[in-house]
Amino acid sequence: MPADEAVPTGVADWRPQASLEALRRVATLRADIRGWMNERGVLEVVTPVLSGAAPSDVHLDAFRTADGRFWLQTSPEYPMKRLLATHGVDIHQIAPVFRAGERGRHHNPEFTMLEWYRVGMDHEALMEDVADLLETLWRRAGRPWHRPERRSCHDVVDTVLGEGAASPDATGPFVDVARVQAHFETEGRSYPASIGDDADAALDLLLDEFVLPALPRDRVTFLHGWPTSQAALARIGMDGRGRAVAERFELYVGALELGNGYHELADAAEQRVRFTHDLERRRALGLEVPPLDERLLAALDAGLPDCAGVAIGLERMAMALFELGSIDEVVAFGAERA
Amino acid sequence: MANYGTNEFKGGLKIMLDGDPHSIVSNEFVKPGKGQAFTRTRVRNLKTGRVVERTFKSGESVESADVVDTSMQYLYGDGERWHFMDPETYEQLEADATAIGDAHLWLLDGATCEVTLYNGQPLAVTPPNFVEMVIKETDPGLRGDTATGGTKPAHMESGAVVKVPLFIEEGEKIRIDTRTGEYVSRVK
Repeated sequence: MPADEAVPTGVADWRPQASLEALRRVATLRADIRGWMNERGVLEVVTPVLSGAAPSDVHLDAFRTADGRFWLQTSPEYPMKRLLATHGVDIHQIAPVFRAGERGRHHNPEFTMLEWYRVGMDHEALMEDVADLLETLWRRAGRPWHRPERRSCHDVVDTVLGEGAASPDATGPFVDVARVQAHFETEGRSYPASIGDDADAALDLLLDEFVLPALPRDRVTFLHGWPTSQAALARIGMDGRGRAVAERFELYVGALELGNGYHELADAAEQRVRFTHDLERRRALGLEVPPLDERLLAALDAGLPDCAGVAIGLERMAMALFELGSIDEVVAFGAERA
Repeated sequence: MANYGTNEFKGGLKIMLDGDPHSIVSNEFVKPGKGQAFTRTRVRNLKTGRVVERTFKSGESVESADVVDTSMQYLYGDGERWHFMDPETYEQLEADATAIGDAHLWLLDGATCEVTLYNGQPLAVTPPNFVEMVIKETDPGLRGDTATGGTKPAHMESGAVVKVPLFIEEGEKIRIDTRTGEYVSRVK
């Protein structure tokens, strides 16, 4: 028996995965982020990690405490919006968040979210704000900085599938799933039949297989103009060509997704409709159906100031900044060693 | 037969795809923050050996393949059928030319091989990593030439042809790495 197999399991992996160098760089990154926030008067806040409600997102699963009373937050968005509705000032938070079932080179079920909200900004202004923070961090780390790219979902889909492939309006699915599937077949790539008529899933896979790998590797890209079916907590607006789109952006460095921002929906009734619709889908898929966060809805009803907010995975940001390939290189202990 | 969910996928897992047994070579979890999760895999078809990419929607499940690797003793072969015995149960199985592949070149009577069984039938045979064989035929040795690094073909009783150093003689026993088919050393 080789020597390493002679050691009982659970003993050999007590050491951290991240190097001391990586831990130091992450600590500096956190300090630099706080410095940037303080300079701009974006107040640091702390909200509960344990929540009495969980998000209704179809593709997010929260951990639940054994007594059934709480869910571990998947992001601090809801309580931060309750603060915004009450105090109406710019706020930020660097918080641990938890997402069940997510594990891979870019995923750990526990990670750190940098989330901030800017009163009076829309998603366009917030993209500039995000770029400003990233430029500061990139320059401090001695990395070259290039002006971020902006691409719309319509344009990237049309680039891959051909002009006019993305729906011109919000009445039908954003992409024609048959056309997406045909493209995978033409390119000799595997396409799960189980996607069926789920146009959102087809778009997600199309982006991952054909769009993200083609994004410029050395810079930030904002993907905006999301389908209204993927608006989540963002407002619906019109793009420059009069097409209804979600006022939402996704942030990438190269092909790595770092974060997601919204021009925040302030309409409580509309938000309730979306949440309820998501919960119906969760029920149909046999997933847990958590209660709606009535306190968030009450806060929206009381009046959320016009604002935009963004959530960025801190470990992903560190991976991009330090050019590392795995999240395990920037966390002390990944899920298997937790 | 058991099913595996995508969250149970790992290298070496044996699953059924399109009616054939496959082994997962590698798998990657892919998920946009707000979107559908997928598991992208590379799988080897255990019948053809071909490796292909296969993407699953997370949460899908696939049937497990009744594939097991078992140590068996090689008994004899006639060029069409190769016979193996389970050393514990004495049960005998025969492998056909497809299952045996190139492994027949390295089979010595009584050698312990790894036989991959699919639904109880041999699907593939892996010989021991190293075998020792006697050279049946090769050109006469160049006495004293141990340094030039030249090689010559040597024929084994099994039909295998191995490149050996020039000083090796007919009738000598040599050690061979079956994974590469290369000469390792002379056996005294």
